[in-house]
Amino acid sequence: MTVPGTEAQARSEALRPHAEHAFAGELKALAAADDRPRPERWQLSPWAVATYLLGGTLPDGTVITPKYVGPRRIVEVAVTTLATDRALLLLGVPGTAKTWVSEHLAAAVSGDSTLLVQGTAGTPEEAIRYGWDYARLLAHGPSREALVPGPVMRAMAQGMTARVEELTRIPADVQDTLITILSEKTLPIPELGEEVQAVRGFNLIATANDRDRGVNDLSSALRRRFNTVVLPLPATPEDEVDIVSRRVDQIGRSLDLPSVPDGTDEIRRVVTVFRELRDGVTTDGRTKLKSPSGTLSTAEAISVVTGGLALAAHFGDGVLRAGDVAAGILGAVVRDPAADRLVWQEYLETVVRERDGWKDFYRACREASA
Amino acid sequence: MTGPGAGPFLLGIRHHGPGSARAVRAALEQCRPAAVLIEGPPEADAIVHLADEEGMRPPVALLAHAADDPGRAAFWPLAEFSPEWVAIRWALAHGVPVRFIDLPATHTLALSDGGGARSGPEPDGSDGPRADAPADTDAAAAPYAAPRLDPLAALAAAAGYDDPELWWEDAVEHRRGADGGDALAPFAALAEAMAELRTAFGDGDGPDGARDLVREACMRLKIRDARRRFGDGIAVVCGAWHVPALTAKRTVTADRQALKGLPKVKTELSWVPWTHRRLSRNSGYGAGIDAPGWYGHLFHAPDRPLERWLTKVARLLRDEDFPVSSAHVIEAVRLAGTLAALRGRPLAGLTETTDAVRAVMCDGSDVPLALVRDRLVVGNVLGEVPDTAPATPLQRDLARLQRSLRLKPEADARDWEFDLRKDNDAARSRLLHRLRLLGVDWGEPVRSRGGTGTFRESWRLTWEPELAVRVAEASAWGTTVLTAATARAEARAAGTAALADVTALAEHCLLADLPGALPTVMRALADRAALDTDVAHLAEALPALVRSVRYGDVRRTDTAALGEVAEGLAERVFVGLPAACAGLDADAAATMRGLVDEVHQAVRLLAPEPGPGMEAAGSAPEAGAGPEPEPAPEGRGGPRGGAAPEEPGLRHRWAAVLGVLAGRDGLPGGIRGRAVRLLLDDGLLPDGRAARLMGHALSAATEPAEAAAWIEGFLGSGGPGGMLLVHDERLLALVDDWLTGVPAAAFAGVLPLLRRTFSSFDQGTRRAVGQQIRRSGPEAAGTASGGRAERETGALLDEERAAAVLPTLHLLLGMAHTGGS
Repeated sequence: MTVPGTEAQARSEALRPHAEHAFAGELKALAAADDRPRPERWQLSPWAVATYLLGGTLPDGTVITPKYVGPRRIVEVAVTTLATDRALLLLGVPGTAKTWVSEHLAAAVSGDSTLLVQGTAGTPEEAIRYGWDYARLLAHGPSREALVPGPVMRAMAQGMTARVEELTRIPADVQDTLITILSEKTLPIPELGEEVQAVRGFNLIATANDRDRGVNDLSSALRRRFNTVVLPLPATPEDEVDIVSRRVDQIGRSLDLPSVPDGTDEIRRVVTVFRELRDGVTTDGRTKLKSPSGTLSTAEAISVVTGGLALAAHFGDGVLRAGDVAAGILGAVVRDPAADRLVWQEYLETVVRERDGWKDFYRACREASA
Repeated sequence: MTGPGAGPFLLGIRHHGPGSARAVRAALEQCRPAAVLIEGPPEADAIVHLADEEGMRPPVALLAHAADDPGRAAFWPLAEFSPEWVAIRWALAHGVPVRFIDLPATHTLALSDGGGARSGPEPDGSDGPRADAPADTDAAAAPYAAPRLDPLAALAAAAGYDDPELWWEDAVEHRRGADGGDALAPFAALAEAMAELRTAFGDGDGPDGARDLVREACMRLKIRDARRRFGDGIAVVCGAWHVPALTAKRTVTADRQALKGLPKVKTELSWVPWTHRRLSRNSGYGAGIDAPGWYGHLFHAPDRPLERWLTKVARLLRDEDFPVSSAHVIEAVRLAGTLAALRGRPLAGLTETTDAVRAVMCDGSDVPLALVRDRLVVGNVLGEVPDTAPATPLQRDLARLQRSLRLKPEADARDWEFDLRKDNDAARSRLLHRLRLLGVDWGEPVRSRGGTGTFRESWRLTWEPELAVRVAEASAWGTTVLTAATARAEARAAGTAALADVTALAEHCLLADLPGALPTVMRALADRAALDTDVAHLAEALPALVRSVRYGDVRRTDTAALGEVAEGLAERVFVGLPAACAGLDADAAATMRGLVDEVHQAVRLLAPEPGPGMEAAGSAPEAGAGPEPEPAPEGRGGPRGGAAPEEPGLRHRWAAVLGVLAGRDGLPGGIRGRAVRLLLDDGLLPDGRAARLMGHALSAATEPAEAAAWIEGFLGSGGPGGMLLVHDERLLALVDDWLTGVPAAAFAGVLPLLRRTFSSFDQGTRRAVGQQIRRSGPEAAGTASGGRAERETGALLDEERAAAVLPTLHLLLGMAHTGGS
């Protein structure tokens, strides 16, 4: 349909190119170096897929950038799940790179990450199964030509990896459409008296968020058909500080915030507070804490710091200070006005007050909570 | 290196390695040795026959301890899958003599004493730490301690493994010997590898290495002896690391020389029951292996270990009401197998199966996984030893203490009075408290008949025969009463959920003088306190804890940690108290008022220095007046800097909390009144502030019942509350003012409350108050407000009385009722 050159150009100008295009070079180098057995219709061997996600250096010197920074185990279990022909469910709180991992897995396994169903509260069954071209349907009656296959159906027919984003946002009855697909590996089309059988290589990656409110829990029938991998929050404070500062930097630039010099100390403090409250224990492991009801994800830490930067840049003296982040932290921690406020005050009084060099932060938080 | 038939057969193993154990069994079956020599203390030769007795169930440990000091002990734990155990059992079953060939425990214990913290040697190409010492470190003799450099790591790195344990698993433990092959071949290969390693790393330098050389010299001598007695066909089971040294050519003289002049200590050996938990590293005992349950499974499973293991896991989860079907097991087996292939391992190990269980059976959650780890991977297997085993050191230690403290076990109940100021009595008390912690209820504390001083304790002692059994059971906790009680207290601290129980335990630890257990108990206490959301619980726990701090002082125990925890507890009470006081009914409010009192006392005991509290006296009540609670005491200093004490003291913060309580509307009157009173007593209310608060509480806008409750809280029941009215005219006037202003309808309602309050004052006080009111007129010049109040009071009373007689008076005088004044 399109001239190849035009297509390539369109890709390079895309705001956000697909993983398989952005990292086409790495995938190619991996495929060339990969001499291990590949499951049918896989573009790479499981080992190469894991390497693609975790990064490494190939024998020919090509450097594979790490796509996922986290425990090796997570990626290995995820890839192995796909290789054993089980559907993969990636669980985790917001901001743990679920979608990112799923996209790259699909790109590495099938070379195509676009067979995607975005789950919302209004996702209909047709989005997962198939729809109809109504003009044809009315003119000629039901036929294969009038059928509009959904992404999952296309993946089944071609032996590709389909993706379902935010599975738990989809209404429960629509979710259950997946049961037949995953257990029988077939999609019946009763209107035509036919079915589409999945060919080898078909698999499905779903992502879901287990902490947020307003989700539809998976039925146990559906859950049984998935292997579950929970993507953890960053393991060490250093990782998290790193992630937060990098993201804050990107967001700050895209919002044209005036640049604020060196807020690393404050970022470290925000991350420490978030981690301690989230884990229910202080970083030195000596004191246990109550945890508030909010998720306190890395994503929220990022938004606290971004908000603080905006405050510092527009209303403060241009340096990120404790006062700039205090209100943001309070808002993130105290979700339930009664219980969380107590948790927060207890934290302030028993942990923050005693900590060396945190006096300014303690004061700012006391002012913010008053 | 040693072909079949040309013994001695050197079987290098890893302690607690199921693969090694299986290989040892196969090798013994093949060589049929005339004697089995095992790395272990030779003193154990005398009791090794017990291993074959009916009552013996692994895991058990060989225990060597100094005869006069049971605290100095070393353990050689043996699980069912330990190669040494397998060898012992094989030998006993086939009537083959067993000899232990390591350095005698008499030297090991003596050496461990001299070297201080120097622990044992053993880079034995194996699991590292194997024996452990009881909780107290001063008594540690660890014949198998962590190697200072890990030869295995070198081997593993050569094989491309990051984790030496993992490599050993793959190379040795997970390998199932090919049937019909030479059972000795793997040992020969291993010995060669170790020989290479020893060449590379040296036979041993530094103190550990020197100790190793001595031990190996000893082993060589013993092997020589055994060969003379039993011929060449003997088998030697020892850590793989030692194998090359045992074949080395050394002269008998040189070896004898190495053993010359070693220090000695009289030792006794026994078998003690052991547990899987103590075999595992996470128990803190460092016996050496992560997953005794998994190893046990590998050792016992006749075939398909992966499938059997996952079926076990599924059963466990099912029993705990997790829906796990056979389909799950199938998928988990597939996942684990494929994962192993992806990671390039020959067989799915514990990591792969755990990953598979998590992803397939547990929905990615670690919660059920923790259960699997606890019950299966570690397992709660408890060993048993036959009754014929020699007495445990704990029993000996107890007997020794009974002798030295002149406290004989007697079957008849006998009462004792201990004066804790005397050393002997204090020691007796400690012993009884410790025994109680161990579940040996020999003594029972009874209420003292004499004085109630803290230095006096009364006990009733009865020795029941079954207490001996209890002592034997308690032997698993340690070798002396002290160490056992410490270990037991620590275990209980970890297992107790309720805050009050942990507080009681802390008190018990102080009574029993177990400073070793205190840090753990304190930690547990701090953790429980942090997670307990009920302020009332915290407030209840605080006084007991503070008492413990003081009691500790009496006994000269170090209670710094205790004080720290108590302060933390107080902080949490401070934060939560205002919220916890809201919305209480009358009974709950009365209870809470009591708690406020107790916390107040506790804070005074805890932070006796009045420094910062007094200095900042002004700020607390002011904050209380504000609509929002936070007194923000740190606001006073202005921007940071300056040498002023930045940290307001505990007392000051408590005063701030009381200020909040005193000033916040909507809290029960009794609590508010109490708070004002406590502040007033401590001199923390500025002039007129108490009167203003009382004025608020007693003003017309307040429900009379609420106001009466306030007065009850303020004056308290009993005590010097009444005298306050006698001495502070303004307060008396306020009360008086309010009382006379109460409408008649409401008066009946507040009367019982008031009566309850006032009747508790002694008669003198009541009379004084009455006189004060009567005298109010002449002294009205005292203060402006008081004077006015009393004048008004006087006028009102007169008017009422006057009003009552007026109609009669009018009638008598024949005047028209005109009214007016």
